[in-house]
Formats: sequence, structure tokens, C-alpha cells
Amino acid sequence: MQTNVTNSDITNIVADIVKTAKQKPGVTAVAATGSISNGLSTQVRLGEVETVEFNRDKSIDIVVYKQKSKGAVAISDFGKDAITSAIAAACRIADYTEADQYAGLAETELLATEFPDLDLYHPAAVSADQAIAYAQQIEAAALGYDPRIKNTDGAVFSSGESFFVYANSDNFLQGVSKTSFNAYCTALAAANGKMQRDYDYTVARNINSLEAFNAIGIRAAQKTLARLGAQKLKTCTAPVLFVPQMARGIWGTLISAISGGALYRKSSFLLDKLGSKIFPDFVNIAENPFLKGALGSACFDDDGVATQSKNIIANGKLETYLLSCYAARRLGMKSAGNAGGVFNLIIEPGALGYEGLLQKMGTGLVVTELMGQGTNIVSGDYSHAAFGYWVENGKIQYPVEEITIAGNLVDIFQNIVAIGNDVDYRGNTITGSVLIDAMTIAGT
Amino acid sequence: MSTNLEIASQALLEPSGITQTDLEKVLDSILGRSVDTADLYFQGTRAENWVLEDGIIKDAGYSLEHGVGVRAVSGEKTGYAYSDDIVLPALQQAAAAARTISQMDGNNKIKAWDQKIIKPHNLYLPDDPLLSLSDDQKIALLHSINAEARRQDPRVSQVIVSLAGTHNVILVAASDGTYAADIRPLVRLSVSVVVEQNGKRERASYGGGGRLDYKMFLQQDTGLKYAQQAVRQALVNLEAVPAPAGVMPVVLGPGWPGVLLHEAVGHGLEGDCNRKRSSVFTDRIGQRVASEHCTIVDDGTIPGRRGSLNIDDEGVPTQCTTLIEKGILKGYMQDKLNARLMGTVSTGNGRRESFASIPMPRMTNTYMLAGNHDPQEIIASVKKGIYAVSFAGGQVDTTSGNFVFTASEAYLIEDGKITTPIKDASLVGSGPEILHKVSMVGNDLALDLGIGTCGKDGQTVPVGVGQPTLKLDEITVGGTARND
Repeated sequence: MQTNVTNSDITNIVADIVKTAKQKPGVTAVAATGSISNGLSTQVRLGEVETVEFNRDKSIDIVVYKQKSKGAVAISDFGKDAITSAIAAACRIADYTEADQYAGLAETELLATEFPDLDLYHPAAVSADQAIAYAQQIEAAALGYDPRIKNTDGAVFSSGESFFVYANSDNFLQGVSKTSFNAYCTALAAANGKMQRDYDYTVARNINSLEAFNAIGIRAAQKTLARLGAQKLKTCTAPVLFVPQMARGIWGTLISAISGGALYRKSSFLLDKLGSKIFPDFVNIAENPFLKGALGSACFDDDGVATQSKNIIANGKLETYLLSCYAARRLGMKSAGNAGGVFNLIIEPGALGYEGLLQKMGTGLVVTELMGQGTNIVSGDYSHAAFGYWVENGKIQYPVEEITIAGNLVDIFQNIVAIGNDVDYRGNTITGSVLIDAMTIAGT
Repeated sequence: MSTNLEIASQALLEPSGITQTDLEKVLDSILGRSVDTADLYFQGTRAENWVLEDGIIKDAGYSLEHGVGVRAVSGEKTGYAYSDDIVLPALQQAAAAARTISQMDGNNKIKAWDQKIIKPHNLYLPDDPLLSLSDDQKIALLHSINAEARRQDPRVSQVIVSLAGTHNVILVAASDGTYAADIRPLVRLSVSVVVEQNGKRERASYGGGGRLDYKMFLQQDTGLKYAQQAVRQALVNLEAVPAPAGVMPVVLGPGWPGVLLHEAVGHGLEGDCNRKRSSVFTDRIGQRVASEHCTIVDDGTIPGRRGSLNIDDEGVPTQCTTLIEKGILKGYMQDKLNARLMGTVSTGNGRRESFASIPMPRMTNTYMLAGNHDPQEIIASVKKGIYAVSFAGGQVDTTSGNFVFTASEAYLIEDGKITTPIKDASLVGSGPEILHKVSMVGNDLALDLGIGTCGKDGQTVPVGVGQPTLKLDEITVGGTARND
């Protein structure tokens, strides 16, 4: 389907909006973000097509400032009338919001001026039939892996491309094109009347960088089979090894706690910890927004501010907060380009692989899935449902379910004893497994 | 007075001159392929939000969205495409994309429009809630709530009040003859506070809403009470001690703790995962899945509730569906597709986030009916356990049945009395097992206050939950304080 809205169309529309709105009475500054995306997602189950979805979206967000008051409007209709009334609405809202001395566009000297090609756009014409065939291949690998995989919750292949453009009344105007391809499969199996499921996936900006489809299906099957016969566990205190996908969650709590919003609201367990040692010496974490082709790469943040490669944790010490311009002003600091988050968080791997970490742990729990909302960023209290494997003498003994793991993140951070070199690149956080010395495991 | 259908046609179709005949032609073009059914879903949404923080109206936003989704269904296959422009050429393009699901020619015909729902629900007024207060009144409301929160206690260090409203107009035209519309208001107010004492901080939030208008927050000082409750809960949590770890009896308070039912059984009783035989409840209709004290329904027909709908997003009137009756599994929640494939009929649970999303079986308001115990009697029956009254949310794996929900306000019960508050703790269990452990059900059925949002396959929809006070003889509590 044709959107009839091209990248250059939306760039012109956004630039016009900024110019037009800036001329409205009382308006002192304007920012606008436009985005368009096109995609296709197919799901197959037991070899048959379940869904074919064509996605096509467009939207523009407009923010106007009247001195220190602001008004925001979002629209999906790009008609002239719709845009005119959107600008009027944003101006009207700005009359109602109150002056916030920290509000406003980015300081102009912080705006990005260099826009290297980060290798994020690799268009590939994937037809619905091809996408179906890819999903079928993945699922067939899962079903063919073992006779106990009799059913699946489907395999999905999706592809999409997007363009977004940010403009403000300080003459910033920059667009970025990205492509994204991903596939996953969820396998099902049962033993002794108890069903389990698990999944695996691949994601990349270039279709040629996706993992082999067979491997995705096979891993989904293996992970599902490994869950069969899961037992409960007695309540205990033990070491916990987070596989990379779960370790991302631990690092995610760090990012939340050192993000501007949590800090200026005094809603973080890491308040006033800048320069303090919050991890053991061997923990080093960096942000690299310029990794070619990576999922989190960007030259500028949501304020248009140039992103920066920087250390976040060096030898266990917190080196920086992650701030937008607004948060920086609130804290009397300077933005380092983190409006909208962190751009490729890279955890320095240690010497041990997954097997080595199991050996180091000796007896404890490997966590492969976490559920629930039990992270309190204000207090650092952490309590989540977990699925995993009980380990003795460095060897997996049996799967465990219906348990929780709990602790306080201040202690959990300090109790990291190793980070693996089994690095998982499939996300904005690039990490190996993480071994925590001790957590409370609640079971029977 | 205009009917919903007239208002919706006027809002969604007339601006671009699309007629009923056009809709028939588009549906016919889809049925030209070997397709069982097809539907068109038109939507127009106005939404706004106002946020007060640091004592000032800091953010306000307004959004306008409309579009049309086109679905073609052939056997178990669904083709879906949409456009965020409601004009005939875009509709035709979307139809052409959706029908690619089937390559063969077909000869199905659309049924004559059936615009008469025998007894239409009238669960909420069609009026635009954004207009129910002036902007000045909305701002005054937020300021009064902020003042009320700060007035409660000097330890209150942060207050965020947010007010949101949407006015959603939908129209469904389907090849099975469905031609129906709904006009859905939805409002929500929430208060979030941080309290601070000797360098220790805690947060809590409280709020409510429904398919009503903003005046609901002015009546009986409802908005001010949210502020009082948010501060009370945050102060309680300042005093909280580490939660215990292990298996123990848990008494759940009335209302919002019904999130237990939503996670433990609700999702697993949605038609899609049972049609795919991936649910822990597959093939268990007629079996005992809960104690005899448990009767659980999904009811989309309660006036003004957040989870209620006059018709679902496939144009089917909502109903009250009994899921579990005295512990016996009675039925699943169905949309049209899964009902047809399972040889049954839709229960009015076909919902979608927007025109850009495929409908799925989803919950509306899910709750357990009242029993006959005095809540005090239930608490008094526990020697050592937990009393949980508020939750941060939950999650379930519908295949294994394992679920979690996380308490945000809970207390120890010692010798039948509520004593010390405990820190946030996750409660975990297995869906088909946990409700066997329900041994006492209170006479105090309450629904939540109207802030629930449910996510599934990337789509979020507003829902409600509820229950009376109930006692679980045992469940695993995920604290840090070991009892050995």
C-alpha cells in the first residue's frame, strides 16, 4: 500500500509547522517530530498462515513554547486544516500550562552538527509470501527437532522500515531512516499432563544479519523441552545467575535509577550517588551511540542534542547520570544526550563463559525468565517471579518454577561476582550473563 | 436524539463522502476471493491529558487520530491492513492488501445489513468527556488535588496529578451483516506522591476513572480522596518491614486485588489460546478448577465501568459470561474468529486497541461474586499470614499457568490481627491450582476504581477487575525475610 507521504514530504511538513507555529502570537520556540513507518508481519502456526498484517503509520508531534509554558499536540492527519488546527490547539494549551523555568529547547551549542551514517537502513523487499515462508521454516525447525514438540504458539517474521525527523525553531532539522527485521518462535511441549512453552528470536537492522532461521526454531524447541518436569524449590538464600536476556533487566533498573526524571523527582534509590562506587571494581559499563548497524545507535537524542560515547560505570563507580536538557537544568548540570534514554549500553564482559559461570556458582539458581512488576526504583526493593534451573556442583539438575527472587538493588549491584563473556547482542543492552552472590529465593 | 450509528456515520464516513453502498462494494471486493468473512472498523479518537507537577500545570497534550482497519478471514487465516486516512481509495487499498490472505476466487456474498440490536446496551452517555469541564475547571481540579495531597503531611515531597480523557467513536461493518457503532467516553485521574522521612523515600499512587465524564472526580470529593489515599499508602510503606519469603496464608482485600483472577484464570480462559490448545485450561470445561466458593464472571455490561462496552470491537453486544461457577469451569471468552473455529458463538469479547490492530478475545470487567463471610472474620481466621490490599499489577504464562502479581500495600497478619506493613512483594502461583486454595469469600464484593489496563500481544485495552475479600490458604510470597 502507498502512503503517498514520502520522507521528503514529511520533512517539509515538519519544517513548515515549525516555521508557521513560530510566527503565532506569543510563541517563542517550537519543536516538531514527524514519523512514518511501513511494515509487514506474518504469523504461521502448524505450517499454516495465521495472520498477515500490513502496518503503515504516520504521526506528527508538535510542541510549542510561549516563554516557559508549553503545549503539545499529536496528529495523524497531515491535511492542511488538521495541521492548522493542531498548531492552534498547541498554542491554546500553552496559554493554560504554567511557566516552568526549566522548560525549553536544547541549548543550541549542544545540538548535533555531525550525522555520520550509522548503517541503520538496509531496505529489503520482503513479500508476504516470503515472510510466510521464513516463518514456516523457523517453525518447521522447532516441530522437527523432537517428537515431543507437537504444537507451537506460532512463528512470526516481521520486517519494517521507518523514518523520523526532528525539527526545532533553532534551525535543527534532521531525519533518520531505519530498517528492522525480526523473527521469533514459541514452542510448546507437555510431560505428565503439564505444558510448558519457551521461545527464541533474532533481530537485526539488516536482513542478512539475522541468525539462521533453523537455529531459532531449534533453540525454541530446546528451551521448551528443558522446562518439562519443572519442580518447586524450598525457600532458601543462594547465588543467582541471570542469563544475558534476564541480565538486561538488572541493567535496566540501573538505567531507570540514574535517569534524569527519577533523579529530579527524588524517586531513585541511586540519588546523590554520582561518583560513588555502586558496583564491584570489575564492573565497567559504557554507552556507545555510534556502533554501526546496532539496534540502539543514534547521532542525536530526542532534544536534538549530540549523543556521546561515555563511561557510565568505571571500575564500579557511577560516572554520569543520563539526562535530557530539561532534567539537566533541573539538576544544575549539562545534558550529555540522553533524552529518550541510553543509546547502546555495553557491559564489559568478564573472562568466564556460561559454563564457567555455572562452575563458579557451584550451587544456585539460573534464571531464564522473570515476570511481574516487582521493581521499586524509589526504594530499590526487587521481587519477581522467576523460572529457571537449579544447579549443583556447576551442573544443571532440574527446572524450577513458581518461585520468586528478591533483594534490594543496592545489595544486588554490590553482590555481582562475575559477568560472562556469553554476550547477547540482540538489543539496546549488550551484556553477558550476570552472577549475583546471594538472593532470597521464595518457594515452598 | 441521534442514534450512535447516525452520530458515528456523521463523524467517520460523511466527511469523505463514504456511503453504505461504498462499504458494501469494498466488502464485496474482499469476498471476491475465497474469504469466509470480512470486516471494516472505523475509528475516530480525541484525547487529552493534563499533568500537574511541582505545583504547576507542567504538561498538557491533545491528540486526534482516526483510521480504518480492514480484515479478511479465511479459515484460520487473517489478513489485516489499515489506513490512517479515512478516504475511499485508502480503504480500497487496505482491502486489496487484506484479501491477499487468500489467492483463490470465492463466491461468498455479504449478508444484508442488520442494524437492529434487539436490546441495545446504554451503559454510558455518548457525550464528549473532554468538554465536561472547562479547561479552567480542569486546572482548578488538579491544583485542588495537589493542595490536598500536600496538606496531608509535611513528609510529602512530590506530587504528580494527571487527568486524561478520550472520546472514541467506532463503526463496524462486516460481511456477516453487522452494522453497528459505539461512542465511548473514558476518563482517568491519578495521583502519585513521594514521601520522605530521614532520607528514606517511598512512593504510592492512587486513582480512578470510568466511562463517565470529568465531573465524577468532583462528586463526593472523589479526586481529593484519591490524594488522601495516595499519601496514606506512601506513609504506610515508609514504615514497611521486609516481606516474608515462603508459603503462607494470604487474605486479599476487596476490589483491585481481583487482578489475581485476571491473571490466574482470566487470560487462560480467552478463546484464542484454547483454540490453539496452548492454555493450561484447554479441554477443561466442566472440570473443577477452583474451590466451590468461587464463581467468576466477565461482565462487559456494568454501566460506566472502565472495562464496559455497549458493543465489542466486532459489533457484538457485550454480556455477562460465567467463566467459573462454584468452582466448575463453564466457558471461555470468545471473539468471532475463535468462536467460529471452536464451533461456538462470540461472547462479545472481541476487542482491539485501535483500527491498527487485529481483534482478539479480551477481558472486560472480570470479578468474583460475593460469598457470605464477614471480612473481619476472614482476617481473624489467620494465625500468621499476609493481608494485601493493593497491587502494582500482574503477569501470567497461560501455557504453564504460572502467574505473578505484586503487592504495593500489604500487612502481616499475626494472631488474627493486621499488624505491620510489609515491603512490595510478588505473589506467585499456578492458575489452575491457586483457586482451589480459596477457603473463605467475603460478603464485600467491590470492583476496582477504574485504572486497569491490560496488555496482550502488544495491544493494550482498558479493563476492570473486582472481588470480595478472600482467603488463600497458601500461596508463595516473594519477600526477603526468611522464616527459618
